[in-house]
Amino acid sequence: MTVLDIKGITKSFGSLVANDNISLTLSEGEVLALLGENGAGKTTLMNILFGHYVADQGEIELFGTRLMPGATDAAIDAGVGMVHQHFTLADNLSVLENIVLGTEPLTSWKSNTAQAKIRLAALAEEFGMHIEPDKLVADISVGERQRVEIVKALYRGAKILILDEPTAVLTPQEVDSLFATLRTMVARGLSIIFISHKLHEILAISDRVNVLRRGCMVGEIATKDANRDSLAEMMVGREVSRPKVEHMEAGAPVVEIDNVVVSGGRGHKPLLDGVSLSIHKHEIVGLAGVAGNGQSALGDLLSGLRAPTSGSVRIAGDTVKDYSARSFIATGIGRIPEDRHAKGVVGDMTVWENMISENLREKPLWRFGRIIDFDACREFSRNLIEHFDVRCKTMEMPTKQLSGGNMQKLILARTLQNEPRFILANQPVRGLDEGAIAAVHERLLAAKRAGAGVLLVSEDLDELFALADKIVVIYHGNISEPLSVDEVTAQDIGIMMAGDLGHGKNLNRAGVA
Amino acid sequence: MSDLLEIFLTAGFWAATIRIACPLILGTIGELICERAGVLNLGIEGIMTIGAMSGWMWVYQGGDLWTGLMFAAFIGALFGLLHSLFAVHLGLSQHVSGIGITMLASSLSFFVFRMMLPSSTTPPKIVPFRPINIPGLSDMPFFGEAIFSHTPMTYFCFAVVPVVIYVLYRTPVGLAVRMAGENPMAVEAQGINVLTVRTAAVATGSAFMAVGGAYLTMSAFDAFYFGMINGRGWICVALVIFASWRPGKALLGALLFAGLDAMQVRAQQFTGGLIPYQFFLMLPYVLSIAAMIVMARRAQYPKALLIPFRRGERI
Amino acid sequence: MRLEPRESVSFWLVLLAPVGAIGVALVLTSGLIMWTGESVFEAYGHLLKGAFGSRFALTETLTRATPLMLTGLAAAVAFRARFWNIGAEGQLYCGALAATYLGTGLVTLHPTLMIPLLFVGGALAGGVVLLLPVYLKSKLSVDEVVTTLLLNFIILLFVNYLLEGPLRDPMSMGWPQAAAIIDEGVLPRIMEKSRLHLGFIIGVISAVMVWFVMRFTIWGYEIRAVGHNPSAATFAGISINLTVLRVALISGGLAGFAGVTEVAGLKGYLTLDLSPGFGYAGIAVAMLANLHPLGVIASAIFLAGIYVGADSMSRAVNIPNYIADVMVAVSVLAVLVSLMLTQYRVRVR
Repeated sequence: MTVLDIKGITKSFGSLVANDNISLTLSEGEVLALLGENGAGKTTLMNILFGHYVADQGEIELFGTRLMPGATDAAIDAGVGMVHQHFTLADNLSVLENIVLGTEPLTSWKSNTAQAKIRLAALAEEFGMHIEPDKLVADISVGERQRVEIVKALYRGAKILILDEPTAVLTPQEVDSLFATLRTMVARGLSIIFISHKLHEILAISDRVNVLRRGCMVGEIATKDANRDSLAEMMVGREVSRPKVEHMEAGAPVVEIDNVVVSGGRGHKPLLDGVSLSIHKHEIVGLAGVAGNGQSALGDLLSGLRAPTSGSVRIAGDTVKDYSARSFIATGIGRIPEDRHAKGVVGDMTVWENMISENLREKPLWRFGRIIDFDACREFSRNLIEHFDVRCKTMEMPTKQLSGGNMQKLILARTLQNEPRFILANQPVRGLDEGAIAAVHERLLAAKRAGAGVLLVSEDLDELFALADKIVVIYHGNISEPLSVDEVTAQDIGIMMAGDLGHGKNLNRAGVA
Repeated sequence: MSDLLEIFLTAGFWAATIRIACPLILGTIGELICERAGVLNLGIEGIMTIGAMSGWMWVYQGGDLWTGLMFAAFIGALFGLLHSLFAVHLGLSQHVSGIGITMLASSLSFFVFRMMLPSSTTPPKIVPFRPINIPGLSDMPFFGEAIFSHTPMTYFCFAVVPVVIYVLYRTPVGLAVRMAGENPMAVEAQGINVLTVRTAAVATGSAFMAVGGAYLTMSAFDAFYFGMINGRGWICVALVIFASWRPGKALLGALLFAGLDAMQVRAQQFTGGLIPYQFFLMLPYVLSIAAMIVMARRAQYPKALLIPFRRGERI
Repeated sequence: MRLEPRESVSFWLVLLAPVGAIGVALVLTSGLIMWTGESVFEAYGHLLKGAFGSRFALTETLTRATPLMLTGLAAAVAFRARFWNIGAEGQLYCGALAATYLGTGLVTLHPTLMIPLLFVGGALAGGVVLLLPVYLKSKLSVDEVVTTLLLNFIILLFVNYLLEGPLRDPMSMGWPQAAAIIDEGVLPRIMEKSRLHLGFIIGVISAVMVWFVMRFTIWGYEIRAVGHNPSAATFAGISINLTVLRVALISGGLAGFAGVTEVAGLKGYLTLDLSPGFGYAGIAVAMLANLHPLGVIASAIFLAGIYVGADSMSRAVNIPNYIADVMVAVSVLAVLVSLMLTQYRVRVR
């Protein structure tokens, strides 16, 4: 039985067509995978289904009835539940409060908490999910938050569950347990739309795959007839040339972190709890870990934004005294921030103004002390834009109008033109399409060949295995010993990401040195 | 020093504390409701002014006291709606919109007042709320004068607090308001319109502010004059921070603040001009700053405060 | 109703939007004029004539625009960096206080030195007031809106105390006013038979200088970056605290300038009614100018015109001059909306 029928949906944002005449159907008890690169339009389509956006054209039928566009409550009432990629939970409220919001009429004079708790317990029991209703969301782990999101949808009586990139924040073992839950749901007649760009997960969980590319539906295939290569080609539309990784003889250490503690404030666990790590010339070290285990603190430390509470950092053998972004830039540290919109660029300033931000105080860019030399700045940016292939209409446009890939290229250009001896690449390809990913990876590998040491922070194990020479795992502010990529598997890393940092020692030979 | 202690033993001091606290309680609660939904409302100073003027004017034109309060609340809610049109629906800077609302509301109050009452030498007066006699209680020594000889409106101000606490923490609509101030996307994803929730919260909060202003002209005094609010609105904004966005603490904060204010008036008398009176008048403002400093590190502000939510914009 | 960002914004749209908005504001306030029973055209005619209709009117308007320009710049600079300095009123009085302290006989110099001394003193006094809010914001993240606002009340009471006590002019016959600024410190008139004084030129020069700093210097770059995106600015190595401190000193200094021009240019001595809310009106000036320093010149003259014109209008026809404040407030809100509509398109579905 068809439960969902999407017919000819078109949606554009300005000149960008995010969805171009997309149709698809979903049957009862089916797991449909929506595969596509970042920016292919998967999330936009689901946001239209869930009523966050209104489509320009097309309509949606749920269980044979037309769905009112642009009304989330109508979608929920019709039996749609959505687990957003960025969780829609309020940290300072309890799990229960997050779940019951919207289930009682707003005009009601009393919240019936007792009854809600009973229903919740029954639901958690039925699907084998453990949740604690009275805890604050801020106090539970990422995996638990995802369970809360799923229960939230079930609590509303969802018969169709949309999961947007649900595995991005999970360890491989947590992914297995999520898949088990999903299978229970399907067995009970629920239908699932599973959004991902990870091929092996799609092959493992789905019954059928729909592939989106640049806003268009480019193909549909039963999972049993598909394989990795066929799916990859459908998704990208061409052969993807992965950059070649060659392991090189690691040179002298460029950055040495020695027993660094970063306090998390009064009453909180330290964000970094005695971390030691060295990164050498000609080496890419991958940092694996579930989000929120201290990556941000480590990123801030190596960006010069945060001084350690105790311990020290040495750059090229010299102990750092001044923890400031400016002095880090000056000593040859290149930084690619985790969130390029929030930290990487000033969106309302022009492309060239963002291009010069790290070199602002250097001689050729100003005259008479403090006056900016516009001509020199534009010349400086023009060269970088050309050399790094940043695509923009004009360098006078506000940077926020650049696509994610071009924004990242701008940041890379600005950083790499200073020829840093060390590069902190924090989630450098998150949200980018294949073309941009390949470009960013190629730049990082080129920097490594030229002698830089790189710390690559990523939640995507595939990326780490593709690029890194060594992998370390971070968990609760502790870091494992480095392991050579040739001697560990994704499963091993997964076990360590879940907290068993010592697991690596049993198989470790590379990191002893 | 013993003089200071004696102040606490007079019933008049406690009665004054309660009177001074009332407009602050309503203003602070009103601001708190707005901020809990994620919207800073710097229109408070102007909304209190226009509440004071419109409630008073209603009665001066022959209206009844209680309907006058409702009229003040209605006018306050209208300005709240205007603020939410700018700050919630159009997503303008909440700071800037709020300051604009204060400018508009206070200038309109003065203009309308002058229009309806072209300059008269003695300020026109109304018959304000009278203290009510509670049989038995009002005759008690000390407590009778301190607590049980107030106007009905005074008791109303205090009654508002438990009601707001109940609504915020025990009803679905209160949950929606708190959630809108913490993570508007979570509200949206549950099928509730964030803009509606925020608009309603701002309108309600503004109505409270306006009634707080009206307390001054309809219960504490009997006339409206320019500069009447005199920064009370801004003090309420500080008190919200001091209260860590909790209504119960807001009540305590307003009382503490009013107590210190009542004390400085009395302390002026026996310092015998040794300390110029202006320094006593400064105290409320100095204390507000001090209160914010004390609470600064501990304050648990709503996470989505000041962040506009735009429906349908690319996430 | 939905808002969609515009992909490109034309320069002319940004320039013309505020003008259109002010037109809308005038139409809206004409409702109030109709309520008074007077003719709208007659009333606006009186207003226009009273503001710009004669040499006298024009010089009065420009005289009134002088402090507005300076407090407007003070707000524009601060708001650009998202430093919400609402305390220009208090800083203005501090500037006036410093000018009074230095200019009533403490030192006597030739005017070419005396006048600059008063301005330097006024700017320092205006800037120093902001050190406390800046410190509290940087170290304890205490909201500066409330601290700067409350400081206005504290400073005004302090000035009140000084004028009734230590600073009271013995010759004032009991009025709370300070001694007069000595002749060497008085700003010369720049037009005969008018009250227009050197302060106006200083205001215009300040606007041009602020524009230059914001547009062409590294400081200006840093201020804009901090205003638009503080975390990206920090990441690029710009110190937020230092930038905010710099902005605060410039902003407070400009407001202090306004105090000096009023005391040494117009009144001649310090009183409690030196400023009828110039500090608050400066916020409106800055907003009408979309925080652009050169726009501040135009919007200050516009606002001064409304105030001066409304005074003369209320004498000619029976409309309370509080209408001026209403017109300003409505204009500010209308301009805010119009500027937003240059960035976004409204779609009604």
